[in-house]
Amino acid sequence: MSALPQARPQHVVCDGNEAAAWGVVLSRPDMVAVYPITPQTSLVEALAQFAADGVLDAEMVEAEGEHSVLSVLQGACLAGARTYTATSGPGLAFMFEPYIRTPGLRLPMVMSIVTRDTLSPQCVWGGHQDAMSVREIGWIQMYCETVQEILDTVIMAFKVAEHRDVMLPVNVCHDGNYLSFGVCRVDLPAQGGVDTFLGKPDTNWHVALDPDRPMGVDPLTGGGGGPGPALFARYRKGQCRGMQNALGVIEDVHRDFGEHFGRRHAPLLEEYRLDDADYAIVTIGSMTGAAKDAVDEARARGQRAGLIKVKTYRPFPLQAMAQALGKVKAVGVVDRSVSFGWNCGPLHQDVLGTLATLPQRVPAVSFIGGLAGADLTPAHFARALQTTAQTLAGALPLAPVWLNESDR
Amino acid sequence: MAANLLAHALVEEGKHVVAIPSFGFERRGAPVAAFLRFDEAPIRRMTNIYEPDCIVCIDPTVARAVNIFDGIRENAMLVQATRKALGELNLPRQVARAGLCDAVGIALEIFRRPITNTIMLGAFARTSGLVRLESLQAALRGEGGLRDAALEQNLAALARGYEVTAVHAIERRAAA
Repeated sequence: MSALPQARPQHVVCDGNEAAAWGVVLSRPDMVAVYPITPQTSLVEALAQFAADGVLDAEMVEAEGEHSVLSVLQGACLAGARTYTATSGPGLAFMFEPYIRTPGLRLPMVMSIVTRDTLSPQCVWGGHQDAMSVREIGWIQMYCETVQEILDTVIMAFKVAEHRDVMLPVNVCHDGNYLSFGVCRVDLPAQGGVDTFLGKPDTNWHVALDPDRPMGVDPLTGGGGGPGPALFARYRKGQCRGMQNALGVIEDVHRDFGEHFGRRHAPLLEEYRLDDADYAIVTIGSMTGAAKDAVDEARARGQRAGLIKVKTYRPFPLQAMAQALGKVKAVGVVDRSVSFGWNCGPLHQDVLGTLATLPQRVPAVSFIGGLAGADLTPAHFARALQTTAQTLAGALPLAPVWLNESDR
Repeated sequence: MAANLLAHALVEEGKHVVAIPSFGFERRGAPVAAFLRFDEAPIRRMTNIYEPDCIVCIDPTVARAVNIFDGIRENAMLVQATRKALGELNLPRQVARAGLCDAVGIALEIFRRPITNTIMLGAFARTSGLVRLESLQAALRGEGGLRDAALEQNLAALARGYEVTAVHAIERRAAA
């Protein structure tokens, strides 16, 4: 980890975990609770070092495990604090009970998931299986492509989460290994700029605990009679509305960020060389850079290839995806995880759902790769592009194509 | 650690850099690799390297466990920690330039342990000319997380690696 400089530099050279920690520092949370778990551990170490050096002015809670981490932060959030944590794979699993409860409580927490494949087989490497396994819990999920985007998205996540029309927790997902340990130059926004960008924390005092205004939070709701069913439906509907509101808020926050700091990240989806494309692949996370290189190589061979990158995965940007898919005649979806129930990638299912809203039929292939630290190189994407192109001539694989199956 | 420091130094020289380490469970002594790309233009791919232009091997024994020359490109560069002479090494024909440094010997002298990272960074600077020694020194001072005696030892190690590395240009042998 970088040694502490006297004056804060304008850029640092660091990996994705340290970039996330810098994003936390700049967002000035009131409380941070973290428990180390590979490949997130160096993020925790960076935060602890920043706190020890006085760079991070937040209360650091060292809990005995992830279940306590999130329970502690729920309390802090309910007292109006800005809170942050980070976890990965087995840590996320151990955190599940409070994790599943956080969105319903409408707590604007920010948590990095340093993505890792799930056990078993025993593995400690990156893959999206952990984050994808919790895609329907009600947390917002954004996936980063670059180390810079991790820092920037952690900052933006607080603004999204705390927006009064959203009030939901956000997972900023960054790939274990290739992003968590990938070292790049990262620009540090000035603290004053971030303070202005984030503004004063918009504490929702309707739920925040206040001894002068005692109230019950999260009373027993539901059941088969009386006011319960209608009340429960109202809460759920409100939660769904918050998720849908988040789509617009995420776009606004990314636009604001670009205006403040001059760096523009695609908020929901990024379309790459798509406008005149015959076919495209859909990517998510750090695989996207190599995939863009492969698209450029295909273009250089005269192929009309394009790419759609997913940044915001939950809520799913249905309209933006329909618009993007409407430009192509065939699509291949590259997932870094699997849906065991559907024998395809989870993102592939979302694309299939989106395609059902289009008038035309667009063949879609599921590619699965990059599991458990496996690398996805331009050569893998060249194969994905070629297989997708072949569906234009009617060759549609009905089972997923496993991109690393023949790696040696 | 060496790849991280090299990344810092190259960024200070205005390059775009991506360095990706690759390792398994936390245990000492296991073979580890790190992959570093640098360019004048931004680098998009966050992937390992399969066809290296340059191989820096900081442990003379690691070649017993892995083929360090796997995927090596034509006209490649090798920076090797070894006490052997060039003629005693069995190098693949693609190696066109080799920098040899008795890094373990120097490390035992300076650190009393076979830690060769900074020595081999000096050797890399000397062999390749792709990074300035001053940039590596600045990276070590500013970003290495080292201070006092440890910093002085590593600065000395860097300089010794640079000084003692023997650089050999290897004539391309005729194709068999």
